[in-house]
Amino acid sequence: MKKGYLGVDVGSVSTNLVVLDPDGKLLIKKYLRTNGKPIQTVQEGLYQIGQEIGEEIEIAGAGTTGSARYLISLIIGADIVKNEITAHAIAASSIDNEVRTIVEIGGQDSKIIIMRDGVVTDFAMNTVCAAGTGSFLDQQASRLLIPIEDFGSYALKAKNPVRIAGRCAVFAESDMIHKQQLGYNTEDIIAGLCEALVRNYMNNVGKGKEILPPVMFQGGVAANQGLVEAFRRYLDMPVEVPEHYGVMGAIGVALMSRDASRRKGATGFKGFNIQEISFKTTSFECKGCSNACEVVQFYENSELLARWGDRCGKWEV
Amino acid sequence: MKVSFPHMGYSYLAFKWMVEHTGHECIVPPEPSKRTLDLGVRHSPEFACIPFKMLMGTYLEVAEMGAEMIITSGSNGPCRAGLYWVMHQYLLEELGQPVKIVALEPPLCDMRDFIGKLRLIRKTGGISTKQLIWVLQVTWEKVKAIDEIERHSHEIRPYEIGKGDTTRAFWQALEMIDAANSINEVRLAYREALKVLDAVPQDNSRNPLKVGIIGEIYVVLEPSANHYMQIMLGEMGVQTDRSIYLSGYTKKTTIYDLEGDLYTVAQPYLNEAPIGGHGANSIAETVLYSRHGYDGVVQLAPFSCIPEIVAKSILPTVSRDHDIPVLTLFIDEQTGKAGVQTRLEAFVDLMERRREVKQKQSTIARRLVI
Repeated sequence: MKKGYLGVDVGSVSTNLVVLDPDGKLLIKKYLRTNGKPIQTVQEGLYQIGQEIGEEIEIAGAGTTGSARYLISLIIGADIVKNEITAHAIAASSIDNEVRTIVEIGGQDSKIIIMRDGVVTDFAMNTVCAAGTGSFLDQQASRLLIPIEDFGSYALKAKNPVRIAGRCAVFAESDMIHKQQLGYNTEDIIAGLCEALVRNYMNNVGKGKEILPPVMFQGGVAANQGLVEAFRRYLDMPVEVPEHYGVMGAIGVALMSRDASRRKGATGFKGFNIQEISFKTTSFECKGCSNACEVVQFYENSELLARWGDRCGKWEV
Repeated sequence: MKVSFPHMGYSYLAFKWMVEHTGHECIVPPEPSKRTLDLGVRHSPEFACIPFKMLMGTYLEVAEMGAEMIITSGSNGPCRAGLYWVMHQYLLEELGQPVKIVALEPPLCDMRDFIGKLRLIRKTGGISTKQLIWVLQVTWEKVKAIDEIERHSHEIRPYEIGKGDTTRAFWQALEMIDAANSINEVRLAYREALKVLDAVPQDNSRNPLKVGIIGEIYVVLEPSANHYMQIMLGEMGVQTDRSIYLSGYTKKTTIYDLEGDLYTVAQPYLNEAPIGGHGANSIAETVLYSRHGYDGVVQLAPFSCIPEIVAKSILPTVSRDHDIPVLTLFIDEQTGKAGVQTRLEAFVDLMERRREVKQKQSTIARRLVI
């Protein structure tokens, strides 16, 4: 059987799974909506992958990233758990080792990663506001009754993008409504939204960063051609979108799992058929002191695998 | 009277002792929790910063517990926080809470006000001036001891073998300071407390990264406001130092005026206009941490804090000039720890890779010399 390396990226909006061959070539990818159920989504995704390639590929290493990375690492038996910033940087430089700027926009976060000579030298990630993210576009798309997939092609047809305030997603919406009521056409408004998002991104996470080409644009939002175009215009430099832009985090952590499992000599991967295992979490409030920590207990079938949430560490398994 | 005060890190142990020994009953402020935040957010102006909201919440909680007087600090406006107590007093009155806020201004700024307020605390407690001076001396000794053992705990945590051992030893050490009742007892307890910390099993072969924590005083000092960042980093194997300690801060703004030094350091970047709050400090401290060989700096800023926003926009230049990476984290109502953890982990990766590259470069340079 051929060897494969699994990467799982569980974010707030989507759950991405990839399997790479030992040379880093993508064998299969799955892009699923998380819908607030990370455990079931991963079980489902793994099952699908197992059905499709489980016969000819043996998983030799597995890694997790994204906001649910620790939880999911317990479920699949990951060899490495890594934050999504590092994972994205590794994936981008595996495609172009000269890359110096990475723009990554996901469902609820946006980040910029500055690299020099293949090393991350600076990064920023939005903290208290989601204005420059995919959710912003999602909101406006549903407001305009346009499927988000078609957003980009509309924007490309625009002749005179309308200026829309992008500081705050809520006020952008009222600004957009006013422009609609003044009779601007939809294409120009959509292009204006793309420009607003780019402005917001540059003012928010891009502020004070030294942006040099090559620039790579990844994350689910890179599907939007209008936005890619808006970035090109704003930065006045070429912006590259990698082939598998939507699953770059998963690719990055799959690449890292290759080294991690080689170092360990074996993989902890539990197999594709974890659907039959029941994973369960329960929680209780610790009465040990005034902190009243909410302790979460994680069970695989009836076996207690881990506890977390306690500040003092007394509940650790 | 039933007296309380703001919760800032572990200093509450010293202030509890102070209140109890000035003839008052102490209402110990609870550690800021989700409920504190809920209360604070509900009764504060929307655009106020998180320190304002957290303090508002704390004051309402202690009022509920029966506090009649809250002792806090004023200060001649490092930023608008110096005037927060006035707003808090208005809001408490509006909410029908019969609590009086007594804000001690720095003595150098208004000596008469300072003495008058101390007299009020003394008279209502029924103690003599001599007793008060003694109480203040012991309290000061406690503040220093608490700061010092906390500082030491952040030094040894990255070496701990069992996760959480340092934190447990630290609490034990705090209890020892808490039990002391005179200057000598505090000093003795302090020496014993250090032994308890040093007894934590450590792996000295590690070479932890060193990170300086800078920013606005409240979010830097109150662990529950910054997701217990120093403990989090320590358990990730990073040694942390922070720019502000209460004993250092109080000393600098009251009796010794040492801040002049910091302004000289910050001056190349602030020639045009000085900035308030801890903004100038943040710039100077980044320079100083770089000079002292730190691997990076984390800036903590309350969302909408103008001094820190100004500092943030200057820090990229400082970071380039002094070759030290800076991570800025804005702090607001969010209580989810995952986001902060992600950024810190990525920052640690960044610093580790930098260290590797630097070491490689220096070995190459050494070979070339030979």
